[in-house]
Amino acid sequence: MKANTPSERLINGIIKENPTFVLMLGMCPTLAVTTSAVNGIGMGLTTTAVLAASNLLISLLRKFIPDGVRMPAYIVVVASFVTIVQMLLEGFLPALYASLGLYIPLIVVNCIILGRAEAYASKNPPIPSLFDGIGMGLGFTLSITCIGAVRELIGAGQLFGRQILPLADAAAGKMGYEPVTIFILAPGAFFVLALLAAIQNKFKLGAAKKGIDPSNPDKCGGACASCGNTMCKGGKHE
Amino acid sequence: MKELMLIIVGSALVNNVVLSQFLGLCPFLGVSKKTETAAGMGGAVIFVITLSSFVTSVIYKFILVPTHMEYLQTIVFILVIAALVQFVEMFLKKAMPSLYQALGVYLPLITTNCAVLGVALINVQKEYNILQGTVNGFATAAGFTLSIIVMAGIREKIEYNDIPEAFRGFPIVLITAGLMAIAFFGFSGLI
Repeated sequence: MKANTPSERLINGIIKENPTFVLMLGMCPTLAVTTSAVNGIGMGLTTTAVLAASNLLISLLRKFIPDGVRMPAYIVVVASFVTIVQMLLEGFLPALYASLGLYIPLIVVNCIILGRAEAYASKNPPIPSLFDGIGMGLGFTLSITCIGAVRELIGAGQLFGRQILPLADAAAGKMGYEPVTIFILAPGAFFVLALLAAIQNKFKLGAAKKGIDPSNPDKCGGACASCGNTMCKGGKHE
Repeated sequence: MKELMLIIVGSALVNNVVLSQFLGLCPFLGVSKKTETAAGMGGAVIFVITLSSFVTSVIYKFILVPTHMEYLQTIVFILVIAALVQFVEMFLKKAMPSLYQALGVYLPLITTNCAVLGVALINVQKEYNILQGTVNGFATAAGFTLSIIVMAGIREKIEYNDIPEAFRGFPIVLITAGLMAIAFFGFSGLI
């Protein structure tokens, strides 16, 4: 597929460079708001809107922003869009606004957004940048919705707010599912993400053992700078 | 005084910033390999968060509220924090080289630590005054330092353990963090 076309950018963001599972960016909202699948979708789409808008504007302004002050300039652009989105949510979706709370303004410091601004939008024309933002945002939405769904299903027996597993009722003597409440509390977030990362490691190790890419010790595919050097050393003794 | 004590215990232990609010996870996972570096990061975070929660409280109270521009808080706070970190770095380099030697490498990392902006926003949300806000900032940062140092201590021991291959690195750290979060639930009886 040709590089930098809209469809290539979308697929790249959703699958190849999925920000949560592959690049390991934006961990704070990933863990904090995934108590349910609905929260995951809300947070994901909010981030997508900010990411697409800021990528587009930064790409349009890329020739005017001096190199020395580009970071503060990006931060101002992102913070302005976050404020706009926050006001829109407060006005039109008050329930979502209440359940996401503090984490909406904190989208400003989500490293996915500044990361894409620096790595992509500052070097590429507006249309691919817009689609890069949308693709990355949808990839983020998809992964945090999945994490949210797992936590909601195990922790409350629900999916998107509907009761999927019938609950046990000791008083009525009814057999059913005992929710593991810890999964919707803070520790559950760590456990679910740990398991997902371990599964991912397992596949990567399997691929490495089959000799698909033995010469390349860099398991992160060049994303090491962004993953905080924690993932890359996964399979090695240090 | 009693109120301030409640804020300190609440922010440092009960609602620990990393383990129950998920703020500042990047440095918590990234810089917790060795106890010394973790302590250095913790020191820098205490310094910056205490200062920034004071400055942002003052700006909110004396500039944003009188001019009815509260809605600009996110933009103003993030710029103030970024500028403050730069300023602290320059000041320490000039005035206290020894402290700069110890904290210097961690300072640029702090701008992207969402705990700094998070504390500033929490102070506004809970309507803390300037003293309460500063105390809350200090206590939150102390909680961060506590958990990152404990984490680093555990990780140093984990190095010698036989961990299943798939869990090495990132996953085992997350599981450790989850167990620590369970342990910190024990503090919720304190207030």
